Amino acid sequence: MRVGSMPARLGVVAATALIVFGACNSSGYTAPAASSAAGGSAAPAGSAAAGAFPTAVSSGNLEIFSYWTAGGEAQALAAVEKVFSQQYPSIKITNAVVAGGAGSNANAVLAQRMQANNPPDTFQIHGGAELIDTWVTTNYMQPLTALYQQQGWMDKFPKQLIDLVSYNGAPYAVPLDVHRNGVLWYNKSIFTKYNLQPPQTWDQFFQVADQLKAKGITPLALGDKDQWESLQLFEDILLSSLGPADYRAVWTGGFPWTDPKVTQALQTMAKVVTYVNNDHATLTWDQADGLVMQGKAAMNIMGDWAKGYFESNGWKPNQDFGWTVAPGTQGDFIVVTDTFGLPKHIKDPGQTIAWLQTLGSVKAQEAFNPIKGSICARLDCSPTVFDAYSQSSMKDFAKDQLVPSEANGPASVPAFLTPITTAIAQFVNDRNVSNAQSAIASACKSSGACK
Amino acid sequence: MRGRLLTILLLAPAAIASLVFVYLFIAWTFYASLTSWNAIRPLKGLLPDFPIIGLANYQTLFATQRFWPNDVFNTAVFTVAFIILSVAIGLLLAILLDQHIRGEVLFRNIFLLPMALSFVVTATIWAWIFNPNTGINQLLDPLGINAVRTGLLSFAPLKPLWDVLDFLRIDVLRLGLTTDPRAALGAVVIAATWQMSGFVMAMFLAGLRGVSEELREAARVDGATERQIYVHVLIPQLRPVLVSVIVILGYISLKIFDLVFIMTRGGPGIATDVPSIFMYLSAFQSQLYALAASIAIVMLIVSAIVVIPYMWSQLRSEGQA
Repeated sequence: MRVGSMPARLGVVAATALIVFGACNSSGYTAPAASSAAGGSAAPAGSAAAGAFPTAVSSGNLEIFSYWTAGGEAQALAAVEKVFSQQYPSIKITNAVVAGGAGSNANAVLAQRMQANNPPDTFQIHGGAELIDTWVTTNYMQPLTALYQQQGWMDKFPKQLIDLVSYNGAPYAVPLDVHRNGVLWYNKSIFTKYNLQPPQTWDQFFQVADQLKAKGITPLALGDKDQWESLQLFEDILLSSLGPADYRAVWTGGFPWTDPKVTQALQTMAKVVTYVNNDHATLTWDQADGLVMQGKAAMNIMGDWAKGYFESNGWKPNQDFGWTVAPGTQGDFIVVTDTFGLPKHIKDPGQTIAWLQTLGSVKAQEAFNPIKGSICARLDCSPTVFDAYSQSSMKDFAKDQLVPSEANGPASVPAFLTPITTAIAQFVNDRNVSNAQSAIASACKSSGACK
Repeated sequence: MRGRLLTILLLAPAAIASLVFVYLFIAWTFYASLTSWNAIRPLKGLLPDFPIIGLANYQTLFATQRFWPNDVFNTAVFTVAFIILSVAIGLLLAILLDQHIRGEVLFRNIFLLPMALSFVVTATIWAWIFNPNTGINQLLDPLGINAVRTGLLSFAPLKPLWDVLDFLRIDVLRLGLTTDPRAALGAVVIAATWQMSGFVMAMFLAGLRGVSEELREAARVDGATERQIYVHVLIPQLRPVLVSVIVILGYISLKIFDLVFIMTRGGPGIATDVPSIFMYLSAFQSQLYALAASIAIVMLIVSAIVVIPYMWSQLRSEGQA
């Protein structure tokens, strides 16, 4: 028996070794079959539209990758999935959600899967550079020109929004929602009590802020623990200083960071941060909005997800809180849009096409956006399903200049995001205009954002 | 012979696993740090499909103000302050507990308890405590602490001291520890010390208990006071424990991420930024994988400088025994 049991034990050991070794081997060194197609040179993606465009199929599996895990977002996604399931009852949806970090965790997982040629069937991505510079110019996505033409979408979405998801004239994603960045929210009872008007320019802002400060109220709530919040405040000021055309150009090197207008924006910012709460570095954006709700602060400049925060805490629009666009940015609309696209190298693109068709429809957008607190990316949604704020936002969206956001986009290549965030975060502390300006200008060059 | 074969076979899975998952990945990271993998592109097997560009990433790294001098400075200050404070408090607690007081087990567990928490929990709690509008200040203000604080800060003879502490970013008398760049690193050091000084205490207590009673008795017979016994007899005996403690605390502080990230995100500005946070953001926010890999390699080298001499001496003393 002893002799017999020995080889058996050895067998187990050997098997364990094989499993350990084999597992690394299969997950590690197996070259993905499709790598030759996309590997090597970063060929311009627009030229890759070879072969027939896939058509929608009505059965199979669909894996949707997103970071919509929180209450309203998850419910909104579920509402779209419901619309989709009514149209395609035999497609089974798998929700691959990666929680946390406002998408940064999800983006890490996504980057890993894409580089290993194991893409999800479709994934949530911000329109703008996050889509184009990360996935399109690197030849990971398929153009959707045929889908747009077939569905007649070219005049259903604003042209500037389609431009935001396009490369070399071809759209690469379908926008599902639109958030507006750079909205000034204010506590109505404070403004009524002291007979103040919401400021339309930065000069007016400083007048209002001085009066509020004299009453012992923090004029502007800021919560920049996560640092993108102060970058966002800066981009609002930058937009007011540069105007939409130069603002759009500055992120890609078409307008110099060394321009005096940028200096002026930084000088305004240096003054603005003297009117914020002293604990801004420990608060997140929603805690800053909490200060506005408690009446400790009068205003906050934030994307319109702040509305969702106010309403979920029982505040009523136009009654408890009011809004106007960030000072000096009237006629401009900083767009934050979530889009879905068609990755290359997926097993069966038919289900993804079906999903994208549904996403671009009025029905899906009207189901999704009221719950998410955003507005339709299409222009022909019915205003009646939206609240007062969203209705006013929809009007602006239809006529304003649409510009991207670096803090929530980004508007530039990913490599620029960390250095500009660092520069602005430091600037909030030391308010050294020339240091910040030269740091941003040199980072724009070294990151490849300024071509 | 058969026993030897069995030993090899039994050890093989662990050996292979650690070869692959530790050393292979270190080599892989080092390789990645030499390439220009600072964008997204399909991998070639496990390896990034980018040309080798030598040490350019390291040059970029040391030309980036955020890393050099800022992050290196922060790590150095944090490491030194954290080790000094933890060792001082740990040693004090160990000596107090060594007096065979009543309820020693209870106190020992209370002091050890913070170690059972994860750094994430510690960081969240201390971030609340240090918040100027909701935390400890609300409790201390009515006691007139603020007057004492500002009095000390404006007391002229002490100004050089405050200037040095301001420069080191550990001037904990400033208002709003996590909001003032001159104090923020101090706030992180306090949280880390709170978590780890119980562990240091346990190590020292075990060391003190390991010293034989005869040695103490001999000193007492020679007429030494209790204080002298500690200073001249017991504490010198703790030297090997002290080395272990410093190495363990040192490598914890060199690779610290979670505590700082949750507590301050490296802020205000980059006042508490450490290499691991910069590495995380470089890789997963800016997709600068090669740059992030070079940060990892620099961190590995610095940790190795601390740990390898320690392991060397351990191995040698084991060999002698």
